[in-house]
Amino acid sequence: HKYLFIFTEEINFTAILTSPSISPLRHSPWGKKMAARIHGGAGAGAATALSTFNPKKLVAPSRTNLPAARSSKRCIVAAAGSDASKSLRVGHSQKLIANAAVATKAETSATTGTGHELLLFEALQEGLEEEMDRDPHVCVMGEDVGHYGGSYKVTKGLADKFGDLRVLDTPICENAFTGMGIGAAMTGLRPVIEGMNMGFLLLAFNQISNNCGMLHYTSGGQFTIPVVIRGPGGVGRQLGAEHSQRLESYFQSIPGIQMVACSTPYNAKGLMKAAIRSENPVILFEHVLLYNLKEKIPDEEYICNLEEAEMVRPGEHITILTYSRMRYHVMQAAKTLVNKGYDPEVIDIRSLKPFDLYTIGNSVKKTHRVLIVEECMRTGGIGASLTAAINENFHDYLDAPVMCLSSQDVPTPYAGTLEEWTVVQPAQIVTAVEQLCQ
Amino acid sequence: MILGRSFEDMCAQMYYRGKMFGFVHLYNGQEAVSTGFIKLLTKSDSVVSTYRDHVHALSKGVSARAVMSELFGKVTGCCRGQGGSMHMFSKEHNMLGGFAFIGEGIPVATGAAFTSKYKREVLKQDCDDVTVAFFGDGTCNNGQFYECLNIAALYKLPIIFVVENNLWAIGMSHLRSTSDPEIWKKGPAFGMPGVHVDGMDVLKVREVAKEAVTRARRGEGPTLVECETYRFRGHSLADPDELRDAAEKAKYAARDTITALKKYLIENKLANEGELKKIDDLVEEAVEFADASPQPGRSQLLENVFADPKGFGIGPDGRYRCEDPKFTEGTAQV
Repeated sequence: HKYLFIFTEEINFTAILTSPSISPLRHSPWGKKMAARIHGGAGAGAATALSTFNPKKLVAPSRTNLPAARSSKRCIVAAAGSDASKSLRVGHSQKLIANAAVATKAETSATTGTGHELLLFEALQEGLEEEMDRDPHVCVMGEDVGHYGGSYKVTKGLADKFGDLRVLDTPICENAFTGMGIGAAMTGLRPVIEGMNMGFLLLAFNQISNNCGMLHYTSGGQFTIPVVIRGPGGVGRQLGAEHSQRLESYFQSIPGIQMVACSTPYNAKGLMKAAIRSENPVILFEHVLLYNLKEKIPDEEYICNLEEAEMVRPGEHITILTYSRMRYHVMQAAKTLVNKGYDPEVIDIRSLKPFDLYTIGNSVKKTHRVLIVEECMRTGGIGASLTAAINENFHDYLDAPVMCLSSQDVPTPYAGTLEEWTVVQPAQIVTAVEQLCQ
Repeated sequence: MILGRSFEDMCAQMYYRGKMFGFVHLYNGQEAVSTGFIKLLTKSDSVVSTYRDHVHALSKGVSARAVMSELFGKVTGCCRGQGGSMHMFSKEHNMLGGFAFIGEGIPVATGAAFTSKYKREVLKQDCDDVTVAFFGDGTCNNGQFYECLNIAALYKLPIIFVVENNLWAIGMSHLRSTSDPEIWKKGPAFGMPGVHVDGMDVLKVREVAKEAVTRARRGEGPTLVECETYRFRGHSLADPDELRDAAEKAKYAARDTITALKKYLIENKLANEGELKKIDDLVEEAVEFADASPQPGRSQLLENVFADPKGFGIGPDGRYRCEDPKFTEGTAQV
């Protein structure tokens, strides 16, 4: 295998794996045994200084480059074994970015020139629009998705293009329109249901739990529910307790659903497309503060695997598992850690249900230390489940107890200072890593 | 209707003999509503019901064998034994369930009606399928009902909301729980016609149903039909039914739709006793079939959780869990 290293002016590089065989790799036994399931875009180093976050000003620095042409047909193949991580590191460069090793025959050129830059909400829109173009059964329903263009502009322009029935402005009745989406899915459509804020979907819990999750089973497999339920959640900027909820912790027990969380424009578009194409009901968690992240994504069509985690930064000393907004706090902390001589491996778990225990396990087996950084509350969150899963499956490989940094078990206060203290901040992450690595 | 009545009576027998368990809700007395509406529908029209759904399934065309097997929890049941009494589904006959929580099926019915409209207006297909949603008087105090009345009227969906008002929600009288007990009045409040009909007379129900279905097929929107009916048995087989007044029960028993129609058929030489008796044989045969059917095996446990079993995720060994042979045997740790 050849490695092509591309150095930008800011000492970032992307490795592109060129390999003789391409498309069967994904499903070959070899392909599946890939030590690092490297996925996703290069958006890891994108956001900085999120503790003083101003979403309007946030732009991923130009150092964020993407590998060339990723094609969904030729999916993703990572370099074999941990050699990839070694070869990708030069000294202790602090500007390491996520890389997606791409098996391509034709493209060997640099990353610049291909791809287009956009914001995360535009990436979601692009993904949604492409899927609506591709399949006329895909439709959108939710509050203010049509004429208003979506309260976070994810559905902007779609009603003009596809009409008022395909992009349906619903009245304010989450339970009813979620159930309506489910009934439509049972009878042949593929609705994308938007919760204006994920918290509002608490009103649709009945439909999500009983019908969305369970109906395929209770009907003996007769009816499929290919819905996508999406919306922004998470702690924003002084939005108050009710608009700052993390519904992934409430929904995770529902059997029959999949949950994914996007964090970069690249994986946002990829996950949106994958979720729409999936025959399973998928809940796609977006984050209020990440909609304005900017990244260059490929022009070619691609999808991200719903069940896989994303390697953000390979490392040796400790595994940090995170998702959504906390990814950026972790990468912020990683800069400090690298300066202090640590080498953290950062994985964006992306798939909140089910967990990608392969990527996670391989990482644990390498580093023997795990830190989970999440935005859910301490009690019963994704971190709690992940801690249990790691302890159950990889107990022998751990040199230290699994540590989980979560938000405080507190309704998110309005005051800025208090709000800052409810979520995990980079300084806490640094302290935790130092503790674990002693 | 006779099939429904015999079937339900047989269910009671089988329950007390320990062939089926859990919550079983019987439809005795309300057959006119089911037959009156569903016999007007085509195969591609949809029906959504509640936990009192055996007869709706039968009327829609699901075989008595499939329903009885489902109740016995056998593999040959319409839902492979995974649904039970309260979840009768049939994709073939467009029976969209069978829901355990009241009001839960109404949004699903609204969705099915939405698909019909979508097919016509977006996909430009020739589709005039209607959906009929059945539910009770208790449901009419539930938010989901009102939300769906609004949506259906707003988008002019081809749906008929049928209230089977049997005056009792387990032990709660409709008059004790509802500020304005006349449910049909709630239709016009949302901009759709509200009709009240004697639900003990199948021909009257059919008249009203014909109107409502034609309206929906023409694209004129939803209708709310309140059928005044009565259940002769308790709410479920676990209900001792001590609260209801004997006089009330006798009053409605005298209006039994089956006795009335049977009399009419025999008097007018449209059918004879022998033919009607034969229907009972169907039910006997269904029980035999269900008895002889096998129980679900261990391997069925994890089978229909996901339409795409990749949803179980990737295990520590790098394989998708669904590829693990233990998984298909139902013995893997999920």
